[in-house]
Amino acid sequence: MSNNSFSRRGVLKTGMVASAGLALPQYLRAQESGFTNAPGASEVILGFNVPQTGPYADEGADELRAYELAVEHLNGEGDGGMLGTFSSQALEGAGILGRRVGYVTGDTQTKSDAARASARSMIEKDGAIMITGGSSSGVAVAVQALCQEAGIIFMAGLTHSNDTTGKDKRANGFRHFFNSYMSGAALAPVLQAAYGSDRKAYHLTADYNWGYTTEEAVRTSTEAMGWETVNTVLTPLTQTDFSSYIAPVLNSGADVLVLNHYGGNMVNSLTNAVQFGLREAQANGKNFEIVVPLYSRLMARGAGSAVAGIFGSTNWHWSLQDAGSQAFVRSFGTKYGFPPSQAAHTCYVQTLLYADAVTRAGSFNPCAVVEALEDFEFDGLGNGPTLYRGEDHQCFKDVLVVKGKENPENEFDLLEIVEITPVAQVTYPADHPQFAGGALGTCNPGA
Amino acid sequence: MLGLEKKDFQLLLIVIGLTLFAPFLLNPFPEGSDLAQFNAGYPDLMQRFVIFGIFAIGFNILFGLTGYLSFGHAAFLGAGSYGAVWMFKLLSMNVLPAIAISVVIAGLFSLLIGYVSLRRSGIYFSILTLAFAQMSFALAYSVLTPITGGETGLQLALSDPRIFGAAQTATGNIPVPALFGLEMRSSFEWNVGAWLFTFNAGYYLAAFFMIIAFYISIRIFRSPFGMMLRAIKSNQTRMSYTGLNARPYTLAAFVISGMYAGLAGGLMASMDPLAGAERMQWTASGEVVLMTILGGAGTLIGPVLGAGMIKYFENIFSKINETILHGWFAFLPDGLEDVVVAMIYPFIGKGWHLTLGIMFMLVVIFLPGGLVQGGQKIGALFSRKKAEETKPNATEPAE
Repeated sequence: MSNNSFSRRGVLKTGMVASAGLALPQYLRAQESGFTNAPGASEVILGFNVPQTGPYADEGADELRAYELAVEHLNGEGDGGMLGTFSSQALEGAGILGRRVGYVTGDTQTKSDAARASARSMIEKDGAIMITGGSSSGVAVAVQALCQEAGIIFMAGLTHSNDTTGKDKRANGFRHFFNSYMSGAALAPVLQAAYGSDRKAYHLTADYNWGYTTEEAVRTSTEAMGWETVNTVLTPLTQTDFSSYIAPVLNSGADVLVLNHYGGNMVNSLTNAVQFGLREAQANGKNFEIVVPLYSRLMARGAGSAVAGIFGSTNWHWSLQDAGSQAFVRSFGTKYGFPPSQAAHTCYVQTLLYADAVTRAGSFNPCAVVEALEDFEFDGLGNGPTLYRGEDHQCFKDVLVVKGKENPENEFDLLEIVEITPVAQVTYPADHPQFAGGALGTCNPGA
Repeated sequence: MLGLEKKDFQLLLIVIGLTLFAPFLLNPFPEGSDLAQFNAGYPDLMQRFVIFGIFAIGFNILFGLTGYLSFGHAAFLGAGSYGAVWMFKLLSMNVLPAIAISVVIAGLFSLLIGYVSLRRSGIYFSILTLAFAQMSFALAYSVLTPITGGETGLQLALSDPRIFGAAQTATGNIPVPALFGLEMRSSFEWNVGAWLFTFNAGYYLAAFFMIIAFYISIRIFRSPFGMMLRAIKSNQTRMSYTGLNARPYTLAAFVISGMYAGLAGGLMASMDPLAGAERMQWTASGEVVLMTILGGAGTLIGPVLGAGMIKYFENIFSKINETILHGWFAFLPDGLEDVVVAMIYPFIGKGWHLTLGIMFMLVVIFLPGGLVQGGQKIGALFSRKKAEETKPNATEPAE
């Protein structure tokens, strides 16, 4: 025991400090601009929050390349890329509203917590006015909610789950990428044409939100055209060997296997399925077939020759011949030496769309940006005429149905486009049951 | 004072001082300068420092005193955050009930897991806790999706009931966590010349809880109960031969440290109302082990230092990208600049794990007592006599 005791002076001092400490935070931070992180006169900071480690690090690296390219183009460096083909000609390569575009990067680690920590540091420390990125729906949804709270615009990167613009939609969040419903709606007619309408499907589904929405979307669309769903089996996300899940498929009476897997999961499950000889097998007097609802070039590269002849859907592919896609592939290829992935494309486009919306609105205020983006129609960004629907902040555009190439010429030329499904066929009402149970709320300018 | 010896009281005062003035200490570089990159005085990171400090202090009560290495402590942190977010969803956005329930839930959960796991010791205990934590993670990630939100994490929604509070604000947004109206994310910014200091309400609330947690931890370390826990670490067999049953003591330590983890989880959810399943993953459990060992297991202040160090690396080093590096070395000739950047790049940015791993190895090999031992060694360099005097005091490893 010490003999120290509180002196009168000490108590008074401590009390004053403590009461000052309590009083300070009550003084809310008010900015003259009326919104969070209003940029200065010379520079505006964007936050690129992508997975640099973890299962989607490949996608993340490609997204980051695309962001760097977009910043270059916005600042008037390089060849301008899609700025020249974009139907809105508000951007002139002089930054955004005369401010030079700078950026900060962060690692989401494909974990909601880490992604939010990284996004918060961008907002609180670096003063980012917009956050973009994400290579998984969980992360996108988590960061979107954070941006809504903080009063920052979130431009989602690669996120395919219905929930992002469904039950977890937010007023400050926007998604250019397509979703599970669109995959199902685009795939069904192609599958019907190729495999007929009398088929029995067996689903292997990754056991998390994206898997559930994708399975539901594909099942609903295929059942609508006459297919029967024999069984759906959930597989753990961390599974690397799918033999025990594939083995029962052949004797189940099914003749189509749908793999609702993404990334490493899909690479492993597809490889296993091909090794088990499912491609050569016969069932119900028909050839056995495999379908992968969401394809990406990076996944196709991982699965190698196993992807040959397998159908799937994708948001964009570098082999598209429209002027916008060509301009983007050219600038990306010149800078990095290989064609961009669909993740890179959607991220690049999102950055441009944000910059354009700010320019058209004439303000960085999130509410003005939201207003400029809602029901915005544009063209020339690689997907044909596109609508940013105001009711759920989802882009509506054509969806590509692709097939793994039988004889790829090089490691980038793995997919061929089978059909470009027109936008009308993948459009759904905002209150569709697969998207039910969420509310956009109102835009939040923060501060 | 406060039932503490003089040395311990001084240590407590130092911790109070550090947390109180953290906004100044962590922002030593002027805003806009090149070195501002290394400033850590923004609300999110400051909150993380103290919250993970609480987590590590609690873990240290179990690991540092009894020597039982739990590899599943993140499960309690996760359970605490889920409890807190559910309170926000159902009850109100006030943080106090949320924090209270998170401590209770984590306590019950750790009682259950501890009761089973503590039947074994050593590596078997570690594996059991690891298995339970991974099980909780897997459940939260998929099977329990209706309760935990699955992969997306548990989030607030406009449609939540919130019986004792508004379901949504006047502007139609989700309300934010607050302490009787004082929003956790509200901050006061103070410009002093080129410097900018941020005083955040949430940080000071978390810091208040950390000081309490630290105080309780000192009292436990110095109590007969703490002595009993140390006895378990040094020789459990001899203890049972003398007729003492060790299990109630280890179980109590386990539950206490579980409640600390729950408190940390509840605070995390209060600062940022989302609970993700990744919080329960084994990597998160491993992190707190690293924090404790890095700082110095069995010391009072060590775990807090370790937590700060790891969080600093995670949040500051991981954000240095190639462009920034090129900016730093722009004064070098072009070819040389590229070489230097290529040499440093693997260790920062996404390579921060690598740097941390190297640091951890160095600490374990050369400073088995952690950063605290490093501090003592440096102190001994400057005054030999004083170092010998201070040897048998508060900051020595338990063994």
